Amino acid sequence: MTAPFRVAGKGRLTPAKVVRFTFDGEHYSGLEGDTLASALLANGVHLVGRSFKYHRPRGFLSAGAEEPNALVGIHRDAARKTPNVRATVQELHDGLAAVSQNRWPSLKHDVGAVNDLASPFFSAGFYYKTFMWPKAAWKHLYEPRIREAAGLGVAPDQPDPDHYAAHYGHCDVLVLGGGAAGLAAALAAAEAGARVILADEQAEPGGALRFESGAVIDGRNGWDWATATVARLRAMENVRVLTRTTAFGYYAQNFVGLTERVSDHLAAPLPDLPRERLWQVRAKRVVIASGAIERHMVFPDNDRPGVMLASAARTYLNHYGVAVGRQVGVYTANDSAYHAAIDLKKAGVDVVAIVDLRDNPQGPVVDEARALGIEINAGRAVVGVAGKLRVSAMTVQPKNGGASRSIAIDALLTSAGWTPSVHLFSQSRGKVAFDDETRRFLPGAYAQDCVSVGACNGTDDLEAALAEAAGAGHAAAKAAGAKAGRAGAKLKASGEGWSGGMLGAAPGAGADSKAKAFIDFQNDVTAKDIRQAVREGMRSIEHVKRFTTNGMATDQGKTSNMHGLAIAAETLGKPIPEVGLTTFRAPYTPVTFGAIVNHARGSLFDPTRRTPMHGWAERHGAVFEDVGQWKRAWYFPKAGEDMHAAVDRECVTVRQSAGIFDASTLGKIEVVGPDAAAFMELLYTNPWQKLEPGRCRYGIMLREDGFIYDDGVVGRLADDRFHVTTTTGGAARVMNHMEDYLQTEFPHLKVYLTSISEQWAVIAVQGPKSREIIAPLVEGIDLSDAAMPHMSVREGTICGVPTRLFRMSFTGERGFEINVPADYGQAVWEAVWAEGQKHGACAYGTEAMHVLRAEKGYIIVGQETDGTVTTNDAGLDWAVGKKKADFVGIRGMMRPDLVAPGRKQLVGLRTKNPKVVLEEGAQIVADPKQAVPMTMIGHVTSSYWSENCGHSIALALVEGGRDRMGDTLYVPMPDGTIEVEVSGTVFFDEKGERLNG
Amino acid sequence: MLLIRCPYCEEERPELEFRHAGEAHLVRPGNIAEMSDEDFEGFFFIRQNPKGLVYERWRHVHGCARFFNAVRDTVSDKFVTTYKAGEKKPVIKGAAE
Repeated sequence: MTAPFRVAGKGRLTPAKVVRFTFDGEHYSGLEGDTLASALLANGVHLVGRSFKYHRPRGFLSAGAEEPNALVGIHRDAARKTPNVRATVQELHDGLAAVSQNRWPSLKHDVGAVNDLASPFFSAGFYYKTFMWPKAAWKHLYEPRIREAAGLGVAPDQPDPDHYAAHYGHCDVLVLGGGAAGLAAALAAAEAGARVILADEQAEPGGALRFESGAVIDGRNGWDWATATVARLRAMENVRVLTRTTAFGYYAQNFVGLTERVSDHLAAPLPDLPRERLWQVRAKRVVIASGAIERHMVFPDNDRPGVMLASAARTYLNHYGVAVGRQVGVYTANDSAYHAAIDLKKAGVDVVAIVDLRDNPQGPVVDEARALGIEINAGRAVVGVAGKLRVSAMTVQPKNGGASRSIAIDALLTSAGWTPSVHLFSQSRGKVAFDDETRRFLPGAYAQDCVSVGACNGTDDLEAALAEAAGAGHAAAKAAGAKAGRAGAKLKASGEGWSGGMLGAAPGAGADSKAKAFIDFQNDVTAKDIRQAVREGMRSIEHVKRFTTNGMATDQGKTSNMHGLAIAAETLGKPIPEVGLTTFRAPYTPVTFGAIVNHARGSLFDPTRRTPMHGWAERHGAVFEDVGQWKRAWYFPKAGEDMHAAVDRECVTVRQSAGIFDASTLGKIEVVGPDAAAFMELLYTNPWQKLEPGRCRYGIMLREDGFIYDDGVVGRLADDRFHVTTTTGGAARVMNHMEDYLQTEFPHLKVYLTSISEQWAVIAVQGPKSREIIAPLVEGIDLSDAAMPHMSVREGTICGVPTRLFRMSFTGERGFEINVPADYGQAVWEAVWAEGQKHGACAYGTEAMHVLRAEKGYIIVGQETDGTVTTNDAGLDWAVGKKKADFVGIRGMMRPDLVAPGRKQLVGLRTKNPKVVLEEGAQIVADPKQAVPMTMIGHVTSSYWSENCGHSIALALVEGGRDRMGDTLYVPMPDGTIEVEVSGTVFFDEKGERLNG
Repeated sequence: MLLIRCPYCEEERPELEFRHAGEAHLVRPGNIAEMSDEDFEGFFFIRQNPKGLVYERWRHVHGCARFFNAVRDTVSDKFVTTYKAGEKKPVIKGAAE
């Protein structure tokens, strides 16, 4: 069955290709090539949504991307529910299910429409003014209610099952827009030999030729010329034509973001197809051919379903073969709406009257309309319409007042003129200029290597636009380095170029009117709201925009901008250019989060780094923690153990026999060269020149400001070779810091820096049995205390694999750190593990590592320090070379504030109740009875239960802490104040005898 | 995304490969330990941050890893030139001294 408003013989769709779809559960049929909008209109459906604020019934305003009203939800399946899809853009496919939004219980009977009656209370700035008082009500009453009522459409509640692709593109000439001008530009550039990308938002390029029935190019009907030109371009090797592709953002240096909608128009997309493809194109030259957008007339109740742009009605007729009504009225202030009237009339639709605000419209189109018998009411205005869910009549009145009459209609086409789409030009940071004669903003000064052509450049005549575009395309190709040659012959064309029209409110929506004459349909902004904003003191158009929300959200100035500006200017009594234009922001049309996030989600959101021993840890039941991008074994619970029990066992086992720990994530940098020692002297506080090869030292690195930046054990392998370790998190920035000084401040030093973090796996064996565990595996190294004392490094082999073996300790026990090439990490670990088993050793994780080092008072940079801690604060002055003349931070650490008394110093804390474990980050006060807010004198940096000590332990930074030894301080917590005693930082084996135990 | 020419690689590469590294042509004094508080403040804390042309450092961190200098317009985000570390500060019309 043919849909009732489909006009036989009109449009470019094939009547046999029927497609079925639903809207709000009702079944309809459309044709292949329809948009959801054209298919609904073919079925006589105009009411498709409710407006944002007043819940007014709304229909289709446009036939394109500028649509502010017809926003629907598209529900493909349970997880694929896309809100706010413009029905004018959504291509129809079999089985498409669309639902209307912002209505309850139904589109025709919407409770929220009470807002429309209450609209005197919802005027511009309403939220800012009404919900001020009482203050407490905002959080509990106003905000939750407003949030519930706010927003349009319903977001899907399941993860997005689709995938999105990304593509970087490079070309000589990027043409944005595939209308007549864009096609001509692309063709000229391509024929000149340039690599061209042409992007067009429609399924088929052609732009306004889609509806301009009178256009003739090169002796052919305009649309046929466009189709043939696209085919020609597609056949060229140096051209890529992207359809369904919107240029949404124009960024620095001709970098343009585009989204290509790959599968939303398909009934059953193949599973490996992405839903959308994000293009990031860098072009040597850009040709902007973004066209123009028709403006609606601003008159009372101009938002009723059935009232739409004249060009939209023409598109529905000429492209989709759909009549938007049976009794159509036209309200215009320029010529272009006459074309719509003429096309409809010729298609057999009753065009009951053209109402023209101009006193004496003249010209061929006016004559043609008159000859077709269409009644023309010149010098008159439409001052109102009847019909709520669908327009049923228009009230026509002489524009300066007088007797009015009502004319029955079922659709009203309006046109106030055309607004050049300068969005992308403006985003490129070009400056728009107001053209007084045609009263519109056009591209002025350019900021980038781009050029605007055709309607977006104010070139209205078709032949002139084609010539301008072809010239620009040729020139762009040449400028981009193409061999170019001579430009092709000029295209002969005749078309419908038009300009003129009006800006601002029409009669009936004037200054004293209380009527709702909409400027911005999507945000429910009326002419009255703009005037009110000005009355209430908004002077800049940017303020008017924010106060009224005019042009915000997806509109971005497409239909609302110029009317709003004109009314503001009129109210202010200033010329338009003095009031200014709001900024056009990306995106031009909405972009899905899926396209932007693209592949970077789930496991691809951030790289995951795993150590060579990760698999072993996994098999042995490790619980992992994230440390930056690393997965580190946190603890190794045995059956029945919770974290607490596992960590206690690991800590005790290390001190009783031994523990094996994966320290591979440590940052490692090799500092090599004849000046290696001199370089180390400059980058670390410690002295290095006299450190013998084969020995290690704990090094501290400062920033120039004198604060601790990193620390780690450094082994000297040879006179000219240091094996530096850094914190896990600091590896990259320490390397950057070193390179910075080496390249720019100390370039005279002969030193090479090499990151070796990933090259060496590190197995720490700590505990009284550590030497016995590794001894059977090590070759070529004497492990005796005499030959290899604490803080030394040897090179040899372990399990036949080369090793850099460090004798060092982060636990206070005798300990070794075995460095082996990463590929052998797991094999050597397994051998060490097998030996360890004979001695009752355990594998321990990062939590036990933290507890064990805290028992010894060893700091962790980033935990005990926060970028404002000096060596003195941390009790590490012993590591600063007193005789050194220079090192990074030497001057910074002498700044008055850094040597002043009363700074926070690192101390230990013992809770009076040994069972209580403090919270890390908790604040410390001297007097718990003082009034709130209390004077905070420090904070807890580390806190653990120590099974080895039998009580809790904590480290803290406390003002003048080292002078408070034995003092009682307090840690106020929500459920009570905890008493603590200040102690030294070493809780276990204070004399350090176990290092050789 | 900006395109930045690395003076060592002699290629324009996307901004993703680079990291900004602060104002250029600040020289760490050889006698830094003896500087007065005021001089150290000037050296370490005070920056020009002009509107318009700036001399700044970049590092081709995901490329050749070299630090280099650039002149960039903070209003248009356009690079006027890039040059190797240690090369003389180019005189650019309109740039703050």
